[in-house]
Amino acid sequence: MSDLLNMFSYSFIQRALIVGLLISLCAALLGVILVQKRYSLIGHGLGDVGFASTALAVALGLPVLAVSAPVVVVAACAIMFYSQRVKSSGDVAIGMVATGSLAAGVVITAVSGGFNVDVSDYMFGSILAISDGDVILSLILSAVIIVLFAVCYNRLFLVTCDETFARASGVRVGFYQFVIALLTALTVVLGMRMMGSLLISSLIIFPAVTAGKLVKSFKAVVILSVILSMACFIMGILLSFKINLPTGASIVIVNIVILVAVSVIRWAANLKKH
Amino acid sequence: MELLTIDHVSIAYENERNFAVENVSFSVSGGEYICLIGSNGSGKSTLLKGITGLVHVTRGNIERHVKPDEVAYLSQNHGIGQNFPATVYEVVLSGTQRRDKWRPFYTREDKKTARQAMELFGVTEFKNRRIGNLSGGQQQRALLARAFCRRPKLLLLDEPCAGLDPVITKEFYEILYRLNKDEKIAILMASHDMEQVENYAGRVIVMDQTVEFDGTIQQWREKISEGGGVHV
Repeated sequence: MSDLLNMFSYSFIQRALIVGLLISLCAALLGVILVQKRYSLIGHGLGDVGFASTALAVALGLPVLAVSAPVVVVAACAIMFYSQRVKSSGDVAIGMVATGSLAAGVVITAVSGGFNVDVSDYMFGSILAISDGDVILSLILSAVIIVLFAVCYNRLFLVTCDETFARASGVRVGFYQFVIALLTALTVVLGMRMMGSLLISSLIIFPAVTAGKLVKSFKAVVILSVILSMACFIMGILLSFKINLPTGASIVIVNIVILVAVSVIRWAANLKKH
Repeated sequence: MELLTIDHVSIAYENERNFAVENVSFSVSGGEYICLIGSNGSGKSTLLKGITGLVHVTRGNIERHVKPDEVAYLSQNHGIGQNFPATVYEVVLSGTQRRDKWRPFYTREDKKTARQAMELFGVTEFKNRRIGNLSGGQQQRALLARAFCRRPKLLLLDEPCAGLDPVITKEFYEILYRLNKDEKIAILMASHDMEQVENYAGRVIVMDQTVEFDGTIQQWREKISEGGGVHV
């Protein structure tokens, strides 16, 4: 127990906690919308874009976030734009962007001399790499995401719930889809260093799916999703510290365990009822 | 008072050669109850989508003499997924959102409007249930309550009773009739159910890409008896 308490005295753990809790919160907010709109893999696709842009930034010797943020935002908007334009389901656009980015990232990495620690940190996440600057950036971007989400909440609900009714009512659905894409891109950029570009989508998907199994209303799902996401993050980081596992992967494992536990309990409860 | 003027409207899908709606003209006045009838593929749904702006009008002009917020639309297949996590109250309340008056929060007036709409359409007892867990008829009543929250002057409905049993269908038509008579809401509805159309509609427009007939139910019956009716 004292080991666990001691861990919070390390400054890198404190930074990781602040950034991680903020990312968990933002990802969970957006996750409810993305899962319901069948865009749940957008985080994964944008993570791959993040990997390619990280490889490019490292190869050129530029700051990773300065390159990744605009590239990921543009990719998110392109996915939404393509899906609307050709009226395909989101997975086609996400699949194309994801595989294209992975290929680009691998080529850039190969040409620039192979994988190094920087690229690897961004692929699988590393709490050791989080700096004071990352904490400040996380605070600013999280504030933007939370405020935009709160201000647009009712419209986002309408667009997510019934896009046809929203369009027929004159709501600018395209604009709100752009807002969703922008917020998701910011969350992915924010979470890449902590969770890794390949694992960040788990924070978007798992809490929303688990919460959806437990409560009825949209508002309750959003709130519970945030609580679950933050709780899983703390449990994941404790697990990672205690048995020396990679942090991002530990958080994903905790999320999976919670989802499976909730599913089994619900199944047993339904069985008992009938 | 005229609410809607449709002037030589044609709507084509994909390539601009195959028209789903061709050269359609008519107008809708306040308080009318109009049913659009016609066989599958006759262009009823496409025309309604054209009026709501869901599809692009290829030729002609649709003029709405009411504000966008005074028109409500209920589609045949609503886009709410079976497992979508939203209660009936949340869905109905979302109907109070205005295009022209954007607010980040619902007002007390919005909540009162939603409660009244739920009461009017008999869904108050389901207000805390997930919309996906309701039966087809209950869902359509809840969605009609959402449409009613817009305080519409013109209600556009695209075969709202498709897939519902006859008892629920009759009940739904009665609700619409009441809305038309008591609230003076004009109704333009695509329908297949001739029995209910004859019972409730004041005017019938028969479509087969273009308008084949436009008149009262009585005139429609006379036309059929004269052997000049269009098969629906």
